[in-house]
Amino acid sequence: MMTRRHVVSVLMANEAGSLSRVVGLFSARGFNIDSLNVAPTQTPSVSRLTLVTFCDDQLIEQINKQLNKLVDVIKLVEIEEHELIDREMMMVKIIADAESRGNYMQLADTFRAKVVDICPTNLVVELTGSPRKLDAFIAMIEPENIRELARTGLTGVAVTGSGKCLEL
Amino acid sequence: MATRKHRLNGAEIIIEALKAEGTEFVFGYPGGAVLHIYDALYKQEDIVHVLARHEQGALHAADGYARATGKVGVALVTSGPGLTNAVTGIATAHADSIPMVVFSGQVPSSLIGNDAFQEVDAVGITRPCVKHSYLVKDVNQLADTIKKAFYIASSGRPGPVLIDIPKDVSAQEAPFHYDDAPVHIPSYQPTVEGHIGQIKKALKMLKKAKRPMLYSGGGVVIDNASEEMTLLARRLNMPVTNTLMGLGAYPANDRQFVGMLGMHGTFEANMAMHHCDVLFAVGARFDDRVTGNLEKFCPKAKIIHIDIDPSSIAKNVKVDIPIVGSVKSVMQEMVRLTADDTFDSTRIEPWWKQIEEWRKVDSLGFDESGDRIKPQRVIKTLYEITGGNAIVTSDVGQHQMWAAQYFGFHEPRRWINSGGLGTMGFGYPAAIGAKLGRPDEDVYCITGEGSIQMMLQEMTTARQYNVPTKIICLNNGYLGMVRQWQEFFYDKRYSMSYMDSLPDFIKLAEAYGHSGVRIEKPEELESKLREVVAMKDKTVFVDILTDPSENVYPMIPSGGGQADMLLAGRDKMKSVFSEGMVLV
Ligand SMILES: Cc1ncc(C[n+]2csc(CCOP(=O)(O)OP(=O)(O)O)c2C)c(N)n1
Repeated sequence: MMTRRHVVSVLMANEAGSLSRVVGLFSARGFNIDSLNVAPTQTPSVSRLTLVTFCDDQLIEQINKQLNKLVDVIKLVEIEEHELIDREMMMVKIIADAESRGNYMQLADTFRAKVVDICPTNLVVELTGSPRKLDAFIAMIEPENIRELARTGLTGVAVTGSGKCLEL
Repeated sequence: MATRKHRLNGAEIIIEALKAEGTEFVFGYPGGAVLHIYDALYKQEDIVHVLARHEQGALHAADGYARATGKVGVALVTSGPGLTNAVTGIATAHADSIPMVVFSGQVPSSLIGNDAFQEVDAVGITRPCVKHSYLVKDVNQLADTIKKAFYIASSGRPGPVLIDIPKDVSAQEAPFHYDDAPVHIPSYQPTVEGHIGQIKKALKMLKKAKRPMLYSGGGVVIDNASEEMTLLARRLNMPVTNTLMGLGAYPANDRQFVGMLGMHGTFEANMAMHHCDVLFAVGARFDDRVTGNLEKFCPKAKIIHIDIDPSSIAKNVKVDIPIVGSVKSVMQEMVRLTADDTFDSTRIEPWWKQIEEWRKVDSLGFDESGDRIKPQRVIKTLYEITGGNAIVTSDVGQHQMWAAQYFGFHEPRRWINSGGLGTMGFGYPAAIGAKLGRPDEDVYCITGEGSIQMMLQEMTTARQYNVPTKIICLNNGYLGMVRQWQEFFYDKRYSMSYMDSLPDFIKLAEAYGHSGVRIEKPEELESKLREVVAMKDKTVFVDILTDPSENVYPMIPSGGGQADMLLAGRDKMKSVFSEGMVLV
């Protein structure tokens, strides 16, 4: 079966051990989680977790069932690519001197990124957007000039009207 | 029990909560982190604490108690090594979906995470093998947590729940309040009732089937649904096979029963599976020891699958009609819907004729020549003497398979073994737990000389609490099942499957304050077994020297399909039905 990206959005109890149970489901089966993003919702006792993994359709069905089985998990929904509003935030620290700085600032401008820190040898760019956009930005920089890179992992919700809504 | 409100310490809260849950026995072992709880146990008389001699023994005993009675088993262990010793027992219960609540002591809250003396991350270590777990950090949460734990352990697909309690929490005081209201956990709502549309569809398919087959598993036993299932199977005149875990769910002496299926199942059961057109799977999870090679599994069948656990459905095989719900409730519904049916069973007469043909192969026949006791004969004789009126626990190995094949189980909860994890050492402590739970039953632990040595020390527990059971040890001098695989698949290189220097089990039994009987010759088997069975109130170790070269047949080698079966004697090492089958 074909492997593709799956995005699962989960509402679960914000309690000690909850996250490790979710992650444990993956490690027990030897699967990789591509990205994982968790934080409390408007109800502090409930967290939303957005999980991205690459696998085939049969596997994701089993993963979803296993997740659902966890006592901490309240609800979950798999959001299809076409109904997903996804964002990720990234900070990139780029090696840049007086000579190259201008180019990077221009690049940042094109991507509607923000330059949030600058010094004679480096600058730090903040960029929000779809993971694809973030990838594109990174591709424009020579790898040896990237000093540090931090990405949050994908977060998102389904578009209104898709019928996929994790209301509490 | 009425709701009460007065201040108790954490340990006393645990005791009161256990009483409210109707707990009769706590199986455990003390240590520093649980001393407050042991002190509270000392001061009361309603709950009996059974002191095992190893935490694994305590867990298996609690498990055996749960399997025999259908109630929740309760265990109590100390922090660190107490908990790690208990892990095998927890994993065993988890693999077979047994309801248990396990209390573990933890180092005081202020020391958690400091590598304190006897600290391990109990919740972390057990996470993959519990249904759920709690670390209780606030004594005010304790009663509520215990209530939830019992609910989670025993509802939906049952399983073990761990409650880890730091030492200080068992000392602190809080008002005790045990809610009478049913537990409500918003994120945990098992589906009990099956979808009525799906149920009707399934019945329609079953009635139209020309070659139907009922494959039932441990879920039927766990959910106490065997009566309803038996009734339905009879109404629809379906052949029935049970998994290892499901034995007893359908009476073994019934005409419609074709025996166990799977790796060591009967020829007729596996052939019927292979050829059926509608497979009705009830509370069974399509374990790999049952299905063998998935590509060759029930190639002609439409599949109906009932399971309380949605993740069991379509996990291994494609299902045509999935029904998520409790086996009991779905079976009740099906029985109701077929109440005034006049089902025409002549349609499946040819199917029954075919099955009778397969039955004639007599795949459980065995060769009784030679002057050694045949292990199969031991089980058959025990079955004949007891008439099947017994609870039988087993360990893991050849003896387990022979017990499953040759002892007829006519009722659920009479056959207790570690099917999912396959834990050697399970049988004897489980027998102790079963006997405590059902003191009026005779309990036999069928074991091997390898397995029994893993939990032999529990004979002292039996002595202290006067729990008489019979240990039927099929002593073949080998880790028999390992030897069998080495004979078949490793060119008879018997690496480490032979145990030199076995102890004198009779003397050991006597040293523990019990009796021992040795049986060496075929001609003395029956009379001596009769004597043993008559020794009602004694623990007896029966050391039976059996033919070391005997193998478990039939056998489907791993990777084989249901029709790739090896039969004893005449077909040794040769596949009977499929061409070109190689053993690998
Ligand atoms: C704790 C544990 N260790 C190892 C095994 C692997 N194993 C399965 S059967 C078996 C041999 C059992 O020997 P014995 O108890 O003498 O029974 P027999 O097969 O001879 O009847 C072994 C070692 C296991 N199931 N459990």
